[in-house]
Amino acid sequence: MRSAGAHYLLMLLPLAVVAAFWAMASLERRRDGGVSFTQRNGAAIATYLVVAVGLWSLFMIVLPQLSMIELSFRPKLPTAQIGGPRDVYTLQNYRYFLFGSTTDTSHWNSIHIHAFFLTIFASILVTAFDLALCYPLAFYMAQAARPRRVRLLLLLLIAPYWVNEVLRAFAFRVIFATGGVLNAVLTGLGLIGQPIDFLGLDIGMYAGLSYAYLLLMVFPLYNALESLPASQIEAARDLGAPWWHIHLNVVIPFAKPGIASGCTLVFMLTSGALAAPLVLGGPRSLWFTPIVYDRFYQAFNWPQGSAYAFILLLTCVAFVLAVLRLTKLSLGEITR
Amino acid sequence: MTADVELDRLTVRFGGFTAVEDASLRIRPGEFFSFLGPSGCGKTTILRTISGFIEPSAGAVRIGGRDMTGIGANRRPTALIFQNLALFPMMSVAENVGYGLRVRGVRRRERLATVERLLNLVALGDQGAKKIDELSGGQRQRVAIARALAVEPQVLLLDEPLSALDLKLRQHMRNELRAIQRRVGLTFIYITHDQGEALAMSDRIAVMNRGRIEQIGDGRTVYDAPETEFVARFVGETNVFRGRVAAVADGEAAVDTPLGRLRGRNPRRLMQGAEALLFVRPEFLQPGLRAENCCEAETLVVAYEGNLTHAAFQGPDGVPLMALLGGAARQTPPAPGERVHLGFAARDAVVLPPGAHA
Repeated sequence: MRSAGAHYLLMLLPLAVVAAFWAMASLERRRDGGVSFTQRNGAAIATYLVVAVGLWSLFMIVLPQLSMIELSFRPKLPTAQIGGPRDVYTLQNYRYFLFGSTTDTSHWNSIHIHAFFLTIFASILVTAFDLALCYPLAFYMAQAARPRRVRLLLLLLIAPYWVNEVLRAFAFRVIFATGGVLNAVLTGLGLIGQPIDFLGLDIGMYAGLSYAYLLLMVFPLYNALESLPASQIEAARDLGAPWWHIHLNVVIPFAKPGIASGCTLVFMLTSGALAAPLVLGGPRSLWFTPIVYDRFYQAFNWPQGSAYAFILLLTCVAFVLAVLRLTKLSLGEITR
Repeated sequence: MTADVELDRLTVRFGGFTAVEDASLRIRPGEFFSFLGPSGCGKTTILRTISGFIEPSAGAVRIGGRDMTGIGANRRPTALIFQNLALFPMMSVAENVGYGLRVRGVRRRERLATVERLLNLVALGDQGAKKIDELSGGQRQRVAIARALAVEPQVLLLDEPLSALDLKLRQHMRNELRAIQRRVGLTFIYITHDQGEALAMSDRIAVMNRGRIEQIGDGRTVYDAPETEFVARFVGETNVFRGRVAAVADGEAAVDTPLGRLRGRNPRRLMQGAEALLFVRPEFLQPGLRAENCCEAETLVVAYEGNLTHAAFQGPDGVPLMALLGGAARQTPPAPGERVHLGFAARDAVVLPPGAHA
């Protein structure tokens, strides 16, 4: 990759991408047999869409990820030696994740592995918690509330997200700190004698994580539930179903794509979240993303950081695909 | 098991709007009863009140003699067939039909047997495994009926279930619905704005307008002996002549109209001098008939439709007239521009006071 030929290849890649998207656009016409992509959107807009989407996905998504994956298989070397004889592909970064050493494989790297699985497991719990929190809210907004009330609720939901993610995490610190708002209220009401160390118990972190991507759960759910005709619920009720039966057998199956979509988004983003664990994590909490961050910016070991990031990404994607498979949903359905 | 349904001075208000006002009637067990009226007349509100989705503001609904006040839709002995059918798209045909039984905790084997019996009843015996979106409109209709019958309701409520079908299928489903009703012997309460549907299927019809029941009777009564202006205009086509009652005798009234003095039945016993409308159905208006009621008119349009012919005329003072000429009599219809005498018998016309319009 690091030769003169590679530069030409890089120049040609955008053209290749545009050509690929062009091919997809014309394939779509042949399969649907109707109006072509260009005819539907006009030549100028069609060209713009193909070029812009092609270049965006290539330069912002595909190439950085590929170069990161490639980097993860290289050793950390001083700048002078990059491209030199010692710059060979190696598994040492992955070995480090598993064994805590680039060479020795006698002990497991239990701290990192533990943090990794804890992150995955906690992300699942956060996702489940968000789903439980948002489902009633989304159902109320989609089926029961009047339009005015819905608009107000949406505004209340969105407005806090105008604040930067890191600042929001600090706001949670203010609430959950030992001398913070929540402890002041609880002691003031006489409910507790001593302040509770919410941050040390990681309650602050989990609250912050749950809140961080809440909107990404609400909106897919709301969309899915809004398209459910009210008559479906009435029909189930008319046939004698109690409310929980209606939700379990009529509403939730109908909203399944929306639920899957929201859960996927929240799970992926939570497992990769950085601000909340950094700001709200207690002294003993070990979230995986700060470890990845440290590989890059504390150890200045970018190849190792890339390996860690890739492990997380791969595991999350595999997990999501497995769950979708189990729930008999396709990727196409959840993006509807 | 079938039951009667009684509305006792039923009133339903939404905020300041009265959707149903003081409706009282009794639907007999096993009857096919229709509510007929234009959209917004309150017929769907009545149906939803009977099924339990709306609580009456005043009055009561009684099913099988039992007051339904405070009993939710899921605990009433009724089943509703929705206008859009509301079949569950993620369930198969058999699962749809069996849903009500599953809710009741009926065991699987028993459930499957019932589902099979009902699917056979609606001639869908081999379609149980299909998804809803694989069925045609008429088949979906029948699934909805089977699903409603599965919970063994005493009363089946139908909210314009045929309105989404095309004409041919609609006519076919009319007969089918009627046949199913005879087979299961349930009370059917049917909502429609289509008078043809109501006349063809119902034992009795309640014609509704603006939240009020205008008239209750069998199809023939509602068509031949309307009691209000609205019923006369809404059910079927009719010629209307406005005027004043000049004389009354023997249950008939003579009305001075722009076409001259015309006579018709006087069921509402209008008095001399009262404002009145005289209604004559187009099929009773005959060209060339010099009867007691007669006028001269100019032929405007003649539309031959095979089994019958529509003809439009212009009478004195520019009053429009229409006639329906039967095909069987092989009458030669008048030609456009021709002046003809149009006559009808007094017993075929009805004189009513002016009332609320639709």
